[in-house]
Amino acid sequence: MRGNLNHQAQAALLFLLGATVLHAGLTDLHLRYVKAGLRPLLLLSGAVLIATAAATVWYAWRRPRHAEGHREPRVSWLLTLPLLALILVAPPALGSYSATHTGTALREPLGFPDLPAEGPLRLGVGEYAARAVYDHGRHLRGRSISVTGFVALDGDGAPYLVRMGLNCCAADAQPVKIALTGEVPPVLRPDTWLELTGAYSPRRTTDPVNDGPVPYFEVTAAEPVPAPADPYDDAWAG
Amino acid sequence: MALTRQSPRGAGAPGDARQGKEPVEEPRHLDSALLLTLLLLTAVMFQDPVRRALAAPVMQSWMTVFVAVVLQALPFLVLGVLLSAAIAVFVPPSFFARALPKRPALAVPVAGAAGAVLPGCECASVPVAGALVRRGVAPAAALAFLLSAPAINPVVLTATAVAFPDAPEMVLARFVASLLVACAMGWLWQRPGRADRLRPPSRSSYEGQGRGPAFWGSVRHDVTHAGGFLVIGAMAAATLKAVVPAEWLRAAAGHPVLSVLALAALAVLLSICSEADAFVAASLTQFSLTARLAFLVVGPMVDLKLFAMQAGTFGRPFALRFAPATLALAVAVSALTGAVLL
Repeated sequence: MRGNLNHQAQAALLFLLGATVLHAGLTDLHLRYVKAGLRPLLLLSGAVLIATAAATVWYAWRRPRHAEGHREPRVSWLLTLPLLALILVAPPALGSYSATHTGTALREPLGFPDLPAEGPLRLGVGEYAARAVYDHGRHLRGRSISVTGFVALDGDGAPYLVRMGLNCCAADAQPVKIALTGEVPPVLRPDTWLELTGAYSPRRTTDPVNDGPVPYFEVTAAEPVPAPADPYDDAWAG
Repeated sequence: MALTRQSPRGAGAPGDARQGKEPVEEPRHLDSALLLTLLLLTAVMFQDPVRRALAAPVMQSWMTVFVAVVLQALPFLVLGVLLSAAIAVFVPPSFFARALPKRPALAVPVAGAAGAVLPGCECASVPVAGALVRRGVAPAAALAFLLSAPAINPVVLTATAVAFPDAPEMVLARFVASLLVACAMGWLWQRPGRADRLRPPSRSSYEGQGRGPAFWGSVRHDVTHAGGFLVIGAMAAATLKAVVPAEWLRAAAGHPVLSVLALAALAVLLSICSEADAFVAASLTQFSLTARLAFLVVGPMVDLKLFAMQAGTFGRPFALRFAPATLALAVAVSALTGAVLL
């Protein structure tokens, strides 16, 4: 069976896969793809994969005759793909491309907890959008508000501030979008993370993809910020 | 890297040991450890052009979804493989023959429900069902077990609950629909003249080994085997997500009958491991819960890789009749269950 993985190659593959999973779990890398809650399971499975590799090498070394004769599945070769993807490329968290191809996932929350009565408000993109659309900005009027998210431009070049939300992993990520008005920086590059300061705007528009509601935000100041460790927002997806 | 330390031994020692055993076969072997080393080194050498080629936003988003599905499913796959290896090695198959009722009509639901306590994905349940038939369990009961075990075991149900945090009724619906289909198929195959189409498998691959080698051999084989199919599933899911226009999916998702059929067909084509399929189903957000239930019920029972495994274990004539019948029944039952429960 030419091209099949023998036990030693399988052991090497399992070891590398385990080491990669451990690396992703020990650093912030896994936050680009899955929720933080999966971390213990990731570390556990990485350790099991390495133990399996070690056991395979150990038994093949002690009783090499058992390594023969059994046809190994050729499909195992495919496991090199996620390995290479994680080691070499480490694809970034979903950004403006997905955001502009997916409709806003804004849903009406169950309730609106009280906001601090004084001082500037720091809100998530999802929370601002939900309060603006479903609470008619009752507690937002006349307040200085700051929101953080990344920039996305739609087909006509209109700027949005976006945060992706996860249900389970990046495969089901959905964006929540805020349209920008006011003193929007003249040159905006998609996927730049910005902290915007400004005020509530009663203007509304609809998402070109799914006709979902998109509130406006009146920008007074914009400051580039580094991407947060956990690029996804799950506060709104409850 | 670690690979270069490991591979000389891997490439050399066992190959030498094998040479005396099968001298005719050996020259045709392309050493896979060597091949793996070359592949990885080449990839590292050409990483800059590869990165540039993958810099297009659509490729980036494809890879992110691909890696996300693999990372999300891998811990559950590893967990299931560990448990199924423990059961395959430490629980004697004769135990199941003693535990089941003698009358096949009664043994079918008992075996179906027994699937709930035997964790593992469908790749693991085919060999276990083969072992059950060999140890004298009625074929109808073994078939009920074969269909129910990958769908209703605790690992899979937990993964389903994690994947659908907003819809806990999905777990119940999956359990009920899968168990119904498994029992119905068992009873259908219990009719006289049916069982003879099932060719019992002849050997167990782990007999004659110590428990340690058998356990770790089972883990190694199942992880690389099921993991490979998981990669296929993740690639298909990422392609669906990143490349297929959202309008197509929305058009299919908008029609209640079409959406169920579309996701049932998708489950057959994707062949995702049942420990991972809930996460793929959760990502198909355009579709109704009923359509996604059909995806979750059909997937562990009928798919391309499972068909290949069933044909290999029980014979092609059996698989050719069994798989389409299961597919039809699974679609009908999940549509009904979805109408009642979801």
